Amino acid sequence: MSNPATPDGANSPRRAIDAVNASLKRRYAAEKRFRLMGMSAVILGLAFVAILFVDIVAKGWPAFQQTSIQLPIYFDAQVIDPEGTREADTLSRANYVVLARDALRAQFPDVQGRTDVRALNAMLSPGVPQQLRELVMADPSLIGTTQEIWLIADDDVDQFVKGAIPRDVPELERRVKDQTVAWIDALDERGRIEKKFNTTFFTAGASREPELAGIAGALMGSFYTLVLTLLFSFPIAVGAALYLEEFAPKNKWTDIIEVNINNLAAVPSIVFGLLGLAVFISFFGVPRSTPLVGALVLTLMTLPTIIIASRAALKSVPPSIREAALGVGASPLQTQFHHVLPLAMPGMLTGTIIGMAQALGETAPLLMIGMIAFIVDIPGGFTDPSTVLPVQIFLWADSPERGFIEKTSAAIMVLLGFLLLMNLTAVLLRRKFERRW
Amino acid sequence: MSTTAAEVGRATPTGAITAADLEKDRSFKGTIGDITSPNARMVCRDVNVYYGDKQAIKRVSLDIGKNEVVSMIGPSGCGKSTFLRCLNRMNDTIPGCRVTGLIALDGVDVYDKKLDVVPLRAQVGMVFQKPNPFPKSIYENVAYGPRIHGLTNNKTELDELVETSLRKAGLWEEVKDRLDQPGTGLSGGQQQRLCIARTIAVSPEVILMDEPCSALDPIATAKIEELIDELRENYSIAIVTHSMQQAARVSQRTAYFHLGDLVEVGETDQIFTNPQHKLTEDYITGRFG
Ligand SMILES: Nc1ncnc2c1ncn2[C@@H]1O[C@H](COP(=O)(O)OP(=O)(O)OP(=O)(O)O)[C@@H](O)[C@H]1O
Ligand SMILES: [Mg+2]
Repeated sequence: MSNPATPDGANSPRRAIDAVNASLKRRYAAEKRFRLMGMSAVILGLAFVAILFVDIVAKGWPAFQQTSIQLPIYFDAQVIDPEGTREADTLSRANYVVLARDALRAQFPDVQGRTDVRALNAMLSPGVPQQLRELVMADPSLIGTTQEIWLIADDDVDQFVKGAIPRDVPELERRVKDQTVAWIDALDERGRIEKKFNTTFFTAGASREPELAGIAGALMGSFYTLVLTLLFSFPIAVGAALYLEEFAPKNKWTDIIEVNINNLAAVPSIVFGLLGLAVFISFFGVPRSTPLVGALVLTLMTLPTIIIASRAALKSVPPSIREAALGVGASPLQTQFHHVLPLAMPGMLTGTIIGMAQALGETAPLLMIGMIAFIVDIPGGFTDPSTVLPVQIFLWADSPERGFIEKTSAAIMVLLGFLLLMNLTAVLLRRKFERRW
Repeated sequence: MSTTAAEVGRATPTGAITAADLEKDRSFKGTIGDITSPNARMVCRDVNVYYGDKQAIKRVSLDIGKNEVVSMIGPSGCGKSTFLRCLNRMNDTIPGCRVTGLIALDGVDVYDKKLDVVPLRAQVGMVFQKPNPFPKSIYENVAYGPRIHGLTNNKTELDELVETSLRKAGLWEEVKDRLDQPGTGLSGGQQQRLCIARTIAVSPEVILMDEPCSALDPIATAKIEELIDELRENYSIAIVTHSMQQAARVSQRTAYFHLGDLVEVGETDQIFTNPQHKLTEDYITGRFG
């Protein structure tokens, strides 16, 4: 601007090149500035993500370990099965707590008095009887023998061993009292207390006890819900996008539909939850708290996202491809399915994955349709009551027990892992579908 | 897309064309020269094409005869492509494009609302101005048309058809070892020949070619011109070209377009040696365009 090319520039090339050289420095400086700004934006973004990840991983890591206490358990036939029938019913109803408590008492024979004994027993998790029951049910020949078994420790002991409950605060402010600390130290000396890999976290459903709570229920719930959401939303959205973009006449009505679809994408998700409650549960009688109703609601929520992305993908397919196909006598539908759709597929898949990721992280609408319920059993199908990962995170984050803090972070890690897997699949699918033209 | 047919305004609403219709239309005298062909396959009368409010083709009447090559020449933007695209209703795909007047193929109104455009386009093939191969393999590009129309019974026949089509388009020798590679990976001229092969693979009876040789070297051009000559024995061809020599070499009749008007039509020899209209003369002697 400051150095305009003269009208007779064509006749005097030197003048033009001088102007070019003069402006060159300015242009490069602008380019450099732009690059620097872009880079600092990326670095800032990465830094925040790194902080988030480090925090979550640091907090969640201990959840993958669980403190266990090794005790020699005498599977007393008198306690388990006094009549020697070995019937499953008898075995499952036996009083296994006694076995564990006796074994622990044997380690500390000098503990006397009701309160002390109770404190000692409290070192073991309420899940211990179930643990022993499963062992005996799986192998009844254990009865009458003595076995060294690693029993799950209570969450307070667990937190103390992991260092989350500090040793050097006054006893009154500490959940683990001096007496218990002494017992833990004694067990530690005998090599009977250890942190082991926490399989329970990956195999168990929800529980009130942190040491017994697992992510499996929520993970399966999320899995079933997402599978259904994908099955519902992808075909509907692609069909809608195809129709609107390629077949529908362009008039007032399609304009109104377009505006409404764009609006739907911005409707607060809780509204979809209310709608689901009113329509799917109250009117159609779809069972509440199930992946089925969750998927229906999430489908409503993700449809606009996928439709908008799919329409953009269809728009980006060059018209010459359609002309080529129509020109050799392909019908409009053949043109779409043989030529346009394959080219638009990568863009459609990207939109779908964005929608799915949104659905995976969605909490609010699912609260409305009862997926917040406390469900111990791991869902085995699309109509079993279940919860989902983000709701589980919400529930755990809301729990007062210390043990749930690490579970919360661990659940976030699992959620992020799930997301990573989904995005990776998307990238691979894109690679497969991507073509040059 | 499929709805635009409904928007097309019709001058002659019925599908059948009577001799009286033709007689009446013959009286039109906007164009110098004889627009009719003794053995007409495609008949166009008073064709107007509008893009929105803008009229791109003004009352054009022209026949394309059997065993005849009609070349269309004229300055850029005069409406040659637009007119060509009317003949197999490719303009249906352009939103806001409106066609009025009569266009008939073998006495059947092409713009009849009840007419199915799929067989029409199989019958009236088109090579586009810009090469537009499918982003699929070279083989698939040529095999696609025959496959959807079920022209071959088995793989061997299809292979043969692909080979002969590519041979006729003069591309076979260059691509026979890489039929499975993408058609989009070919050079511009090769892509254009691939599109020609794709068009002739479905054996259309009328072939519309929009500057098929604009990206080709003289040898490939000669090959295509040879093909056009060969195809003429059975089919009708309309070709748009910017090369006077090409028009003179391949066509029997030549039509000169100017700003949407069909200014002059005649025997190719006559147009090039003895043009009647001042505009035609200026154009072919190179004074403008
Ligand atoms: N899709 C379209 N929308 C609006 N106007 C168009 C469209 N296609 C062509 N036109 C207009 O119609 C007129 C004729 O265009 P056309 O493409 O038929 O010219 P042409 O004779 O083929 O030119 P060329 O020799 O450069 O290919 C031009 O003025 C052009 O701007
Ligand atoms: Mg053109």
